[in-house]
Amino acid sequence: MSVTAPITLSARNLIRRFGQREVIHGISLELRHSEVLGLLGHNGAGKSTTLQMLTGALLPHSGEIEICGFDLTRQSQKAKAQTGFLPETPPLYREMSVNDFLIFVAKLHRIPRAQIADALTETKRRCGLQDNGTKIIGTLSKGYQQRVGIAQAIIHQPEVIILDEPTVGLDPSQIRDIRALIRELGNMHSVILSTHLLGEVESICDRVEIMHHGRLIYGDSSTKMQQYGSQSGFIVTLLAPPTLSELQAIAGIQQVDPLSTTQFRILHTANTNPSAALLALAAQHGWQAEQLVPLQTRLEDVFMQITQDEKL
Amino acid sequence: MILTIAHKEFRSLFSIPSTWLILGALQFIFAWFFFARLDVFLQVQSQLAQLANAPGATLAVAAPLFGTIALILMMLIPIFTMRLIAEERRNQTLTLLMSAPVSDIHIVVGKFIGLMLFLLLIIASCMLMVLTLAAGTQLDTGLLFTNALGLILLAASYTALGLYISSLTKQPVVAAIGALAIFFGLWLADVSAVDNNNTLRALAPTSHFQNFNIGLLNSTDLMFFLLFCTVFLLLTIRQLYNNRIYS
Repeated sequence: MSVTAPITLSARNLIRRFGQREVIHGISLELRHSEVLGLLGHNGAGKSTTLQMLTGALLPHSGEIEICGFDLTRQSQKAKAQTGFLPETPPLYREMSVNDFLIFVAKLHRIPRAQIADALTETKRRCGLQDNGTKIIGTLSKGYQQRVGIAQAIIHQPEVIILDEPTVGLDPSQIRDIRALIRELGNMHSVILSTHLLGEVESICDRVEIMHHGRLIYGDSSTKMQQYGSQSGFIVTLLAPPTLSELQAIAGIQQVDPLSTTQFRILHTANTNPSAALLALAAQHGWQAEQLVPLQTRLEDVFMQITQDEKL
Repeated sequence: MILTIAHKEFRSLFSIPSTWLILGALQFIFAWFFFARLDVFLQVQSQLAQLANAPGATLAVAAPLFGTIALILMMLIPIFTMRLIAEERRNQTLTLLMSAPVSDIHIVVGKFIGLMLFLLLIIASCMLMVLTLAAGTQLDTGLLFTNALGLILLAASYTALGLYISSLTKQPVVAAIGALAIFFGLWLADVSAVDNNNTLRALAPTSHFQNFNIGLLNSTDLMFFLLFCTVFLLLTIRQLYNNRIYS
């Protein structure tokens, strides 16, 4: 993904009320070509509502949505032709066979009749549904139904793919398959997915927006998010440690905390990394360095920290 | 787009076992009724022959049969219309249509046509049964034509109203009971009216069907059915649009 890639979806100041209660308070989003954006938030933060508005299933009370240059309210059919949507519950007609259902969806998205057969085989291949074409959707397992749901969203090769909690209720191996598929989709399309699983963001998203009580409170690349509020440092195990002052004397080290008699947590500035110097000294003085583990903030902690900061 | 949705509705009706059951049961009821009328007609035929302007087989057998079908359709159509929108909403498949590049008009008219195709099948099967009479007697084609047209228009108006009720709720059963209650109320308004110029009676589709039933092709009745269908289809479209705003 690059910053020069064309913008495929942009939403400005979306506001949505349910009755008198305002649930989405002015959300603005931008998505570029071949980017995977993760919309992260607690249950009830407004993720599904936002995604439904981006697909035109719900109309915002104010604000504008543009998909590939088409306004979603004024040129809704052109805009919708560029999106594929998998809602939280996959919209599957349980009594239809997989093939019939996908052909219906293809026609609904105005794929020319001659290309439907190709689109069908290609989509089934991508979603691993080759052997299930003639099966009735209602008889498929949850994991396969989810795949049909994704197939339904991508059969017309949309520019923007919107997935609402795509891996909920799947077993670990299915989750891995679906994530690999989403990653693959992200190479050619733009993908927005909502989730409350942080691992998902870590493994597939280029960028993260955190949603909290109907507002976007944090947006950045997912690698940057992992560094949010964290200090750079590492934990080193020295079987024959020197005194603390000796360690502190090494250039670049800001702070040394002994965790046990042999383990030390060493914090340093973001720009300099004194680990090489430390290992060299360890070899020289026979400190018997055994392990050196960089400090990693878990995404959970970062997420909790960000949402808590917002509450204060 | 309309045809795509209509085709899907039509096909998915046949993937449900109960549809076949209903079709079979209906055919049985029609046949039974048909034979009963035919039997009575054959018994009184010799007496009828002495009358100056005797009613033929079409008026004596076919017309009452069509009158019965009209009544059966009233009870049958809510079962089918309840699925159209309410069930899609409950199964959350409506989102698929709402986020697809089709307008609300396409969705509503597509569903309407899909169910109408199925009802045409029922009416046609019944028509074929009546046409077997042609083997033994001269048929009044004009009367048959107005009856068929009347049945189709009646079915269309019930479908449009049922579709609207279906768009109001999330529970298919509520949609079915609601539609049936309204159809029944309209029918009661028709049969309980003391005089023919009753305003309430004019609102009932069955009262307009009666003219078709006796072979009268009246432009007022035609207009009534067309307006009835249009109004409820428009209301359904409006309801789907509101769905995007208020739900």
